[in-house]
Amino acid sequence: MDSQLFIRTLSSVLAQSAPLVFAGIGEAITEKAGVINLSLDGSILLSAMGGFAVAYVTGSATFGVIAAMIIGALVALIIAVASIELCQDQVAIGFVLSLLCTELSSFLGNPFVRKPGPSVPHLPIPVLSDIPVLGPLFFSHNLLIYASFALVFLAWFWMFRTQSGLRLQGIGERPEAAFARGINVNRMRYAYTILGGALVGAGGAAYSLSVKLGWSHRHTAGNGWIALAIVIFGGWHPVRVAFGAYLFGGLKSMGSILQRVVPSVPTQVFQTAPFALMLIALLLVTSEALDRVAAYLPPRIRRAVTHALRGSPPESLGTVFSRE
Amino acid sequence: MKLPKRFTGLLLNLAPIALALVFTTVILFVANAPPLEAYSNIWAGATENATKISSVLMAWVPLALCAAGLLVTFTAGLWNIGVEGQIAAGALLVTWVARTISLPSPVLIPLLLLSGMLGGALWGLLCGLLKTYGHVHEIFAGVGLNFVAAALTNFLIFGPWKPADGATMSGTDPFPQAAWLPRLGNLPLVPMALGAALLAIAVVYIAIKGTLWGLELKAIGKNIRSAFLMGIPTNRHLLVSFAVCGALAGLAGAVQAAGVRQRLIPGISAGYGFLALLVVLLSGQRPLLTVPIALFFALIGVGSPRLELRMQLDSSLGGILEAALVLFVLLGNGVRQRRSSLKR
Repeated sequence: MDSQLFIRTLSSVLAQSAPLVFAGIGEAITEKAGVINLSLDGSILLSAMGGFAVAYVTGSATFGVIAAMIIGALVALIIAVASIELCQDQVAIGFVLSLLCTELSSFLGNPFVRKPGPSVPHLPIPVLSDIPVLGPLFFSHNLLIYASFALVFLAWFWMFRTQSGLRLQGIGERPEAAFARGINVNRMRYAYTILGGALVGAGGAAYSLSVKLGWSHRHTAGNGWIALAIVIFGGWHPVRVAFGAYLFGGLKSMGSILQRVVPSVPTQVFQTAPFALMLIALLLVTSEALDRVAAYLPPRIRRAVTHALRGSPPESLGTVFSRE
Repeated sequence: MKLPKRFTGLLLNLAPIALALVFTTVILFVANAPPLEAYSNIWAGATENATKISSVLMAWVPLALCAAGLLVTFTAGLWNIGVEGQIAAGALLVTWVARTISLPSPVLIPLLLLSGMLGGALWGLLCGLLKTYGHVHEIFAGVGLNFVAAALTNFLIFGPWKPADGATMSGTDPFPQAAWLPRLGNLPLVPMALGAALLAIAVVYIAIKGTLWGLELKAIGKNIRSAFLMGIPTNRHLLVSFAVCGALAGLAGAVQAAGVRQRLIPGISAGYGFLALLVVLLSGQRPLLTVPIALFFALIGVGSPRLELRMQLDSSLGGILEAALVLFVLLGNGVRQRRSSLKR
């Protein structure tokens, strides 16, 4: 492979992974606040469909993205009300919403199946896109993709370098302590669940308006589960979550190249590969095998390895906070 | 105005059902379709003749079997989303046996049912091993294995098991006749499958409510750490409950392959695993309630495709009604709990 083609492939991996970056970071923020939004597979589908439908009707991709974010936020709002106000099992509500949104996307999206529609326009940044290597890699995409790059940095900076980011970690790890410090835990949880949901919706729009244009039945099915797994793989850290999304996108595009090179391998192998990969990645970060291997490493490297691969969920994830 | 207490209680019970209907009706209005015509089409599509009613009963069988299995894993506090894959795994092993072993029907059919249970149990056990020894959450293990099982099914249908005249979405060649589960006359109804499903629910009911095993399972479901400290072998119980659920789901797969389709088709699990999860959630994990709820779901499932034929609507409307019903019931439970805790 010549270097030109290699750069183009890398650049397309960065673009193709944008939906998972949006959804993964959105979910990481929600879970950092202590709430699980398990509806991702359905809400990505529904927002992808809704985003495309609105863009198709209005002729504007911008309205499409906004609509998709609103849909994602509304689904998240249901989860927030059910878990914070009504103390219901977040996993149950999330799972039911996942199915409901999937069916809704099939039913309401029926008139829009395989219609050509608007997409987010390609917008290379002048001057910057002419820089060799970096230009085609980072500055020759559309606005939604640039937003996904910015999101990685902004989420990291906000989470670990600002006061309100620290508070976010507080309400997920020790809600009682955060409450004692005068933070309204449940109001914050509402805010971050909805914010996370809006980002998940942006991920849906990134599918139907940028990466996998248009709408068809079960257009993005399965990707929501991948996004949820990437959050665990990424240890709830925005940069690592994004790294997981790009790694995943890279392996996927390697798979499709391999499929062309060795056509004798059955296509089903490549269709399942993402999910087998997901299981292996989760095994890698959660099982005790890692600790056993790491025990043979010198202490300095061991710490770096476990720090890079391990991440523990927020202490209060999935539990209800009530002041008493 | 002050309403009598019992009346408000009843209202709170019925409100979720009404809200689910209102929600689905609004969706129909959005799609520009007459709601009453849609509902009557679903009803007619499920009940217009004896064949349809038989289909409803045969759709009830996998729902009831999987719900019975899920009652076990739910009791142990597990979120077993992998039922779809366990159905498929059962159907795969059944297909293999039906294609390779030729025996007279009375011997072959029990063997087929057992191999379905074995296939499902092994697939469930795999999920359990990932959970207990790999520390992978069962939701991800289940979802991942669902996709793997679906791909394996497609690979076999389009690869080693493809019919002589080329592979299509209609699946493998029909099984030899000795492997067909006996039907009731000309109707697509397999009496032994109905019996098996009823038996499964009864056995699970007794096992959970009346045995030490069920009690220990419940202890694990409530608090796995204290159950472990009390000396209950938690890992073994979790693995067994995954295997039991898998076996029942695999039996559903066997009925689908050898009783309903008489062949292996892509997507043999047909979403029954997910729907059964909704059934159990809706029943509040009460075994006896799963019987009528599964019947209601079966009715909607069989009736909905008529929306596509008669009204050019997508058949997913049935799924919307079912999922909305569960969502509103769960929200309703929350409202009721909140009211009773405020009163105190």
